[in-house]
Amino acid sequence: MYNVLEAENLCKSYLNKRALRGANLTIQQGRILGLLGPNGSGKTTFLKIAAGILHPSSGKLLIDGQEPGVYTKSIVSYLPDTEYLFKWMKIKDAVQYFKDFYSDFDEKKAFALLEFMKLDANSSVKSLSKGMKEKLKLTLVLSRKAKLYILDEPLGGVDPTAREKILDAIINNFSENSSMIITTHLVNDIERIFDEVAFISDGEIVLQGNAEELRLNKNKSIDELYREVFQ
Amino acid sequence: MELEFDDKMPIYLQIMDRIKMDIATEKLKANDKLPSVREMATILKVNPNTLQRAYQELERLGIVYTQRGMGTFVGERKHMIDDLKQEMAKEVIDSFILRMKRLGFSEEEIIASISKNITEVNKHV
Repeated sequence: MYNVLEAENLCKSYLNKRALRGANLTIQQGRILGLLGPNGSGKTTFLKIAAGILHPSSGKLLIDGQEPGVYTKSIVSYLPDTEYLFKWMKIKDAVQYFKDFYSDFDEKKAFALLEFMKLDANSSVKSLSKGMKEKLKLTLVLSRKAKLYILDEPLGGVDPTAREKILDAIINNFSENSSMIITTHLVNDIERIFDEVAFISDGEIVLQGNAEELRLNKNKSIDELYREVFQ
Repeated sequence: MELEFDDKMPIYLQIMDRIKMDIATEKLKANDKLPSVREMATILKVNPNTLQRAYQELERLGIVYTQRGMGTFVGERKHMIDDLKQEMAKEVIDSFILRMKRLGFSEEEIIASISKNITEVNKHV
């Protein structure tokens, strides 16, 4: 088992705010890691460094043994928690846009996933509800054949039925050759798909472990542990 | 297969228990094929690695066997059903006795309460 991602003593400051203060984290191949923490704990900053969008102030982060850059971007599929699709696009344009951008994009898979999500390729992006937009974004991100998928709040603001679809899509499309990091604060809905969980608080990883071992040793659900750590 | 999980306990143990239960009650019979790890993970909405672990543990215990490229099947070991029933009965009884003792019942009282209630429960089953 090799580590797809390794972060060592990772720090990031924005002017006078320290978003990450020496975060250490590893993810093995074939594992799904839940990065759990409240708003402002440093989750998104961490993910942005892994996605190659931000540079760390100090410390290091390696993906497949390399620092974030052109190579790592080609093997990392990132779902940001912000809007990045253009309003004028139809869904099929968004698919084309991804296909043009990423050589590992599987168009067939994208259309199969769209069908699974019950999205019409001819709908325009601006007509989509929040839940539908999340489903579309996830479809695009999962249709790449990446080594590491980074999903920032894939369940944010989505109703329970759409949540189930999204979870199903994640489980069905996860392969043992890839890894995933998923952030959320809706721990309860998603804890059963994590192999590992890492709790991040004030820019530091305060606890990382195998989800099943944590349940066994603490006699608590991951959701309960979360509440305990962040009370 | 529907399964309500208790997230306080390891998920793979709960999946193992459920499969053992289905074998003990003969919902699953010798040489029946279990759903693939992927299928089962989707049905139960759990991580495929968790399913893998449950299947591996069941195989280690000799309850299921794997055939390369074919899938996972229920074993046909002699007395397996009886053994599983005994094992599960013991768990139920142990936890029952423990809880009764915590409530302050003596051994005689526990036995008496079983005799008393068994006829009542019978009416409802």
